[in-house]
Amino acid sequence: MTGSTRRDFLVRTGGSLIIAIALPTMARGQAIRRMSAAEIRALPATPNAFLRIAADNTVTVIAKHIEFGQGAFTGLATLVAEELDAAWSQMRAEAAPANLQLYANFNMGQQGTGGSSAMFNSYYQMRKAGAAARAMLVAAAAQEWNVAPGDITVEHGIVANAASGRKSAFGPLAATAAAMAFPPEPQLKDPANFRLIGTVLPRLDSAMKSTGTARYTIDVKRPGMVHSAILHPLAFGAKVKTVDDKAALAVAGVLAVKQVPQGVAVFANSTWAAQRGLAALTVDWDVSKAELRSCDEMYRVYAEATKFPGDEAELRGRGADALAGTARQLEAEYRFPFLAHAPMEPSNAVVEIGDGSAQLWMGSQMVTADQRVVAAALGLPSEKVLVHQMFAGGSFGRLGTPDSEFAGEAATLAKAWGKGPVKHLWTRENDIRGGRYRPLCVHRLRGGLDAAGNIVAWDQVIAIQSFLRGSAMDPNSQIKIDATAVEGARGLAYAIPNLRIGQHLMPNGVPASFWRSVGSSHTGFAVECFLDELLELGSKDPIKGRIELVREDEPRLKGVLNRVAEMAAWSGPKSRTGRAFGVAAVKCFRTYIAQIAEVSLGDDGLPRVHKVWCAVDCGVAINPDIIRAQIEGGIGFALGAALFGEVTLGVNGQPDQANFDQYRAIRMQEMPLVEVAIIKSTADPTGVGEPGVPPLAPAVANAFRRLTGKSVRILPFAKGVQA
Amino acid sequence: MPTQFTLNGHPAKYDGDPEMPLLWAIRDEFDLAGTKFGCGIAQCGACTVHIDGEASRSCVTPVAAIAGKSVTTIEGLNNAVGRAVKHAWTEIDVPQCGYCQSGQIMSASALLMAKKRPSDPDIDEAMSGNICRCATYLRIRKAIHLAASSVAS
Repeated sequence: MTGSTRRDFLVRTGGSLIIAIALPTMARGQAIRRMSAAEIRALPATPNAFLRIAADNTVTVIAKHIEFGQGAFTGLATLVAEELDAAWSQMRAEAAPANLQLYANFNMGQQGTGGSSAMFNSYYQMRKAGAAARAMLVAAAAQEWNVAPGDITVEHGIVANAASGRKSAFGPLAATAAAMAFPPEPQLKDPANFRLIGTVLPRLDSAMKSTGTARYTIDVKRPGMVHSAILHPLAFGAKVKTVDDKAALAVAGVLAVKQVPQGVAVFANSTWAAQRGLAALTVDWDVSKAELRSCDEMYRVYAEATKFPGDEAELRGRGADALAGTARQLEAEYRFPFLAHAPMEPSNAVVEIGDGSAQLWMGSQMVTADQRVVAAALGLPSEKVLVHQMFAGGSFGRLGTPDSEFAGEAATLAKAWGKGPVKHLWTRENDIRGGRYRPLCVHRLRGGLDAAGNIVAWDQVIAIQSFLRGSAMDPNSQIKIDATAVEGARGLAYAIPNLRIGQHLMPNGVPASFWRSVGSSHTGFAVECFLDELLELGSKDPIKGRIELVREDEPRLKGVLNRVAEMAAWSGPKSRTGRAFGVAAVKCFRTYIAQIAEVSLGDDGLPRVHKVWCAVDCGVAINPDIIRAQIEGGIGFALGAALFGEVTLGVNGQPDQANFDQYRAIRMQEMPLVEVAIIKSTADPTGVGEPGVPPLAPAVANAFRRLTGKSVRILPFAKGVQA
Repeated sequence: MPTQFTLNGHPAKYDGDPEMPLLWAIRDEFDLAGTKFGCGIAQCGACTVHIDGEASRSCVTPVAAIAGKSVTTIEGLNNAVGRAVKHAWTEIDVPQCGYCQSGQIMSASALLMAKKRPSDPDIDEAMSGNICRCATYLRIRKAIHLAASSVAS
């Protein structure tokens, strides 16, 4: 690390003086890489990169994490404001530009957002930025007022000296502050003295999102902009054979039809004309290299594979060999479908090619990867692509594909068009049929109990495709055990003496990707449903049995189980006529979370979920209301997927679903009540965007089994209740 | 012949393709970007506007069908109910990604204009056409009740 102070520039924009002192985050030449929590904590302060104090007193936090609903802008601003002792009303946030040196996510080793890592990554970095800026404001006031820095206080955005009675808001001090020495290791507050962290502060983006004024990529307009739409092959991997574009070109407003590697693109002078042109295309596809299997066929092959041990992801004790001597045994097979993310804003981007440079407007989850892929498609160096980060209308993993395929497609179309701005917008059909799904998978579990009903053997074999192997996130193609395939099963927080996790990475031509909570979206279900059945077989209570089984080194999992049982006044799985209760608990992205679902049997034969209690331990709760919102949303998102979510491939490998009429989302009348308790903790903060998802489906399935006697082992429930 | 209608209280004229959905006319021709595209088949409600006071899906409403009618978008929703709804949404921090919320607000305000104190089943019915993939439904319900009580008082 360089310890030197470097004053690079003092910026004057629109009459506002801005603290803008540059200090490299990393020593020159040092590679950006994934870091441990301790290394992230030790990073030096970099105030310039993360905040700007203007003459009008506003403090603008430069957010290196995208805002797509999870509250990152508000969270990052809270961290800065806390150490700066700013008033919340003066805080603003804006998206950072693409700059790996300044804005890398050290949990990922690239500039991006994912893995519920924004607060985990930024807890110290943003606080240090705020603390350093505060020290500079104090130094500036000390110089201007000719008093000792130690006699200056900062509170709610006011710098003051009691003895002289002088005080100032931040704005008038900003210019002087910019010339002060930069403290690379500023003093951070004792968490006991936090005034903003841990309180419910209003979100910075609520007002604009409640008045229709928040701007998303789809709202970007550029002079001379044309609109593009694309027809993708229905089967994954099919290529264009012949195109009949006569009818499309006859549509008023259609400007051109071009064949691209991704399909057939229509360019038009309006969105509507582009979509009409799309509907008028007749394309013959070459399916010789396409994935033509149906999901039924994939399930058959995958299920067969799980009968064999596969590559070993974890071994405890004698593993599966211990099953043979156990008193009682249980075996179960679980099936999980492809799931689309279906964010409300369909993928879209504006790419504008200029002279030797280009601009990209996009909700970019993997900023520098998207930049690199766009640059490569346009034959430009990465730094010649200016990325305008936008609010994104959801993602749930859709925008974070390992190959940045959408950014690449948008750039390919812009290049095919030539110069000038092109807005490329997917239809909902492009989205639902576009792949990058949560991978289809099959788990086979075998468990063994001793004579006293204790779980003493556990064998879990997972058959799934790898979306990391061979991707840009695995440059050496060396992945043998894919962490995203086995997380949530490997490293199980339960003390089972003999355990084996096996993995088969299956070839599959359907592109897959991250989906909210990633591996835990299926491992959480298989583990927590199977465990629940084993506990029942051993005559143990679902809550008490779990707590007894939790490993000594995982006390926080016990904590959330105890808490959720208190919240729901747990007295067993079936305590009321016509209703049952189910529990599930997971550790997901470093956060511990337990849920209890109260379920009855709906008229449609599906579980009707009335209420979900949730206890979450995510370390320091930066903004408790945003945590609650993420858990509520995670529960709703997970319930919709559990009840109805499935992309099925039928004849010739073609998706059967195309839009929300067939790919159902949860709606108002299906949303259960949710009660969330946040465990008080002094541990460093961990994520909340994803952990709300995994416990929901198994909690519901476990309740449903107690209610009906039926073990649902195929998702979604719409299919599994009939199996 | 151009289609004439009222847009957010002002006379408006559109002389392009009369089959173009109102959604794209609003967004692309009239530069009102608050109304969003989500599905194109009236399944998600992101495109909801008021046509003569009724919540309507603009993605399946041809411009020709609104001749002589009055269209209100999120930008023009400034009556007492609309203000109360927008305020309640902000107060309760309803939005997450926010993309569907213009449509949610248009459906909620149409409900409140028709029914001053809606029950939970009323809300279920009026809001069932609006999808929120962030699943902010609990807060939407709370905000509708809050807006109802603030209009009443």
